[in-house]
Amino acid sequence: MMAAFATIGLPEVIAGLIVLALNGYVLTGGADYGGGVWDLLATGPRRDEQQDLIASSIAPVWEANHVWLIVAVVLFFTAFPAAFSAVGIVLHIPLAIMLLGVVLRGSAFVFRSYGSGTRVARRRWGLTFAVASAITPFVLGVAIGTVASGAAANAFGHVGDRSFVDVFVSPWLDWFPIAVGALTLALFAFLAAVYLAIAATADALREDFRRRALLSAIAVFLFAALTLATAWRGAPQIMNGVVESPWALVLQLATGAAAITAIVALWTRRFALARFAAAAQVSLILWGWALAQFPFIVPPTLSIRATAAPDVTLTLLLIGVAVGAAVLIPSLRYLFRLALSQSDHAPP
Amino acid sequence: MSNLLAARTQMALSLGFHIVFAEIGIAMPLMMVLAEWRWRRTGDDTYRQLAQGWAKGTAILFAVGAVSGTVLSFELGLLWPRFMQFAGPIVGLPFSLEGFAFFTEAIFLGVYLYGWTKISPRAHLAAGAIVAVSGAASAIFVIMVNAWMNTPTGLTMSGGQIVRIDPIAGALNPSTLQQALHMLLAAYAATGLAVAGIHAGMLLKKSAAPFHRAALTLALVVGAPAAILQPLSGDLSARTVALWQPIKLAALEGQFDTERGAPLRIGGWPDVAAEHTRYAIEIPRGLSLLAFHDPDAEVRGLQAFDRDVWPPVLPVHFGFQIMVGLGTIMAVVSIWALVTLVRKREITGRALLRALAVVTPFGYIATEAGWTVTEVGRQPWTVQGVLRTADAVTPMPGLVVPMVVFALVYLGLAAIVVVLIRAMVRETA
Ligand code: HDD
Ligand code: HEM
Ligand code: HEM
Repeated sequence: MMAAFATIGLPEVIAGLIVLALNGYVLTGGADYGGGVWDLLATGPRRDEQQDLIASSIAPVWEANHVWLIVAVVLFFTAFPAAFSAVGIVLHIPLAIMLLGVVLRGSAFVFRSYGSGTRVARRRWGLTFAVASAITPFVLGVAIGTVASGAAANAFGHVGDRSFVDVFVSPWLDWFPIAVGALTLALFAFLAAVYLAIAATADALREDFRRRALLSAIAVFLFAALTLATAWRGAPQIMNGVVESPWALVLQLATGAAAITAIVALWTRRFALARFAAAAQVSLILWGWALAQFPFIVPPTLSIRATAAPDVTLTLLLIGVAVGAAVLIPSLRYLFRLALSQSDHAPP
Repeated sequence: MSNLLAARTQMALSLGFHIVFAEIGIAMPLMMVLAEWRWRRTGDDTYRQLAQGWAKGTAILFAVGAVSGTVLSFELGLLWPRFMQFAGPIVGLPFSLEGFAFFTEAIFLGVYLYGWTKISPRAHLAAGAIVAVSGAASAIFVIMVNAWMNTPTGLTMSGGQIVRIDPIAGALNPSTLQQALHMLLAAYAATGLAVAGIHAGMLLKKSAAPFHRAALTLALVVGAPAAILQPLSGDLSARTVALWQPIKLAALEGQFDTERGAPLRIGGWPDVAAEHTRYAIEIPRGLSLLAFHDPDAEVRGLQAFDRDVWPPVLPVHFGFQIMVGLGTIMAVVSIWALVTLVRKREITGRALLRALAVVTPFGYIATEAGWTVTEVGRQPWTVQGVLRTADAVTPMPGLVVPMVVFALVYLGLAAIVVVLIRAMVRETA
């Protein structure tokens, strides 16, 4: 594993950028999905206020947030075409389900916001939006779990010589991928609750989301434990990466510290700190997964090096990303500032 | 239904669905910015209502475009993994740039829609302009990929394996310029005339509506010039096809034998078994003249090629006839409308309004027909001469199931969008 780190080159840098794009997606788009979960679970006397806050927080940004996923996919198939091909073949079913979720979530959301429909119609769109918001991240997590467990690569080696179920169903319909799916969902819901607690302007509403954030922090803890428990059997290689590699302990400790900070900050109502810690916790979990399967993209057979596109492509890609980022970062900051600002510029 | 056919059908449905929203996403932002600009310049509140109404419509349509586009990005891998494995390193670059163009587009659409009162008028207008420009840019990038599939350059093969690639040469292949131009004009023509047609229809019912009059004029400013230029750009595309994809040209013209001074066929029924196109109106030497700018040029017919590389002739020929027929009508109506507009300063006369109302869907139908020509006309290749569609498809069995599911979802979405947009237009009436 140490030897692998000695050979950080262009392919590894691009792989890192893909994880970075996923990180962007998880922190922004992920929280939008989490918002949908809280829409589904909205209860109590302030049910309508909760749903309104969720809708108004998501509306200006969800389309931009969603593009992180597209960037990750595009970088993936450009830089590691052979790995993308393998994933596309073996994970067809969960990814297609995820796509249905993406379509239903996005369209139901705008139909509800802009449609001039009746209250009943809006309720129905709201429900579609909320249910799709819960299914999509779960299936995304299942797909990631299947890759991490090694089952995807294994199934890819048996396309054509094993049964349909063996190759296209059993790899993902297993305890470890399902645990990762549940963990993903819990993490997104957790992030969303923390963000919403900050966005709320009324104290009672803020308390609603603070309580939800604390509850989902517990869910995250439970599902993380479940993921580890199932990993012993379902993803031994990941387990080795998580436990034995030299950076593992540092990463584990950092993740744990972030988790505890988030909970303490929520408890003591220091919301800005809670948001920072929650974002750090989620990001560290993502990077922990990526490093645990390093140097493989689809472990244990398809490595970053072996599936990388030729150097010309990677070099041009890096240039493209640099130019893109130069435009993107200030634009994104502008959008988020605008979305958070309450003040109205006087119309002329 | 075979697996390959199911995959092709699903791809065709997804792209055929997406392209309508993509064209709207390219042209609507331009129109809404023009309306806002008029409002800021003249202070006429009609234009503010128009800009905000169009922005609201754009928000719905853009979201459907975004989700259907996301499906496409994944579908490339889910349906054609071997194409992506083969082509990813070459076409990935324009796809990545497209990704950044989407980002800019989505960010500034958010700024535009939610910034009406939060930022200065100038910043707001600029945000709209950025949306319009990045929409056009994303179309150009994705067309680079498709143009490469038609005329692949930038790869050196040896024994069926790629030995060297040049992604920049691939992006700037011989079809890129023509296809990008034709696609952008198609987007402005189709959407401009569709919006013009909807408002012309409202004016037929209620002629004294300043809102619809303003909308009609602005939509024509965007749509009519594009529709008039489109046949010229189509001629450019046809000549490129003649040069680089002679089989596609033969199929779209229904040309079976190789001949000098080949006629241009209007209509007709290509009888593939008899290898002859019946019932067409033939303009002598027309095809040689149009395709090669020489009335005596030799046009190679389908018979000059092995049957096993013929595309399905019927859909390609009909697609071409439909596109050119509708394109001609759109150009004529556009000239009529522009002349009226210049002469009388506004659109008058029920005959013209009625013609505009009839033309409403033509641009989108022509677009679907044109894509049928391009994509079906390339069969049996996914990458012309290099990778067969049958070799590109995923080995996963049972592709009929996702095909049917996605078809139903698209059908449902299309129905809902139509209902919502109709309600929106009625509301403003
Ligand atoms: C508003 C829509 C529209 C209209 C009015 C026309 N077209 Fe078109 N055409 C398209 C929309 C389109 C398109 C956007 O659907 C295609 C598919 C691929 C492309 O680049 O543009 C296309 C493709 C396409 C191709 C195939 C290009 C290829 O395979 O590389 C040819 C030869 C033409 N067109 C020619 C014409 C001619 C001679 C027209 C005369 C009126 C015409 N088109 C009008
Ligand atoms: C295989 C082909 C295609 C893929 C993979 C694809 C992918 C995508 C994706 C991922 C989005 C969403 C971006 C967002 O979230 O904002 C999108 C939207 C868009 N696409 Fe496509 N697309 C394809 C074909 C086309 C074509 C042919 C055009 C050209 C006209 C086009 C033009 C657009 C535009 C303008 C948008 C912006 C959203 C909208 O206006 O609706 N796309 N596409
Ligand atoms: C949005 C406008 C487009 C439409 C309506 C369209 C239409 C179609 C149709 C009808 C097919 C099926 C052809 C057949 O199997 O007979 C197809 C296939 C395909 N298209 Fe396009 N296309 C569009 C743009 C693009 C673009 C921009 C790309 C490139 C990224 C692309 C990539 C493909 C691929 C990979 C296939 C499958 C392989 C093949 O059949 O050749 N398409 N498309």
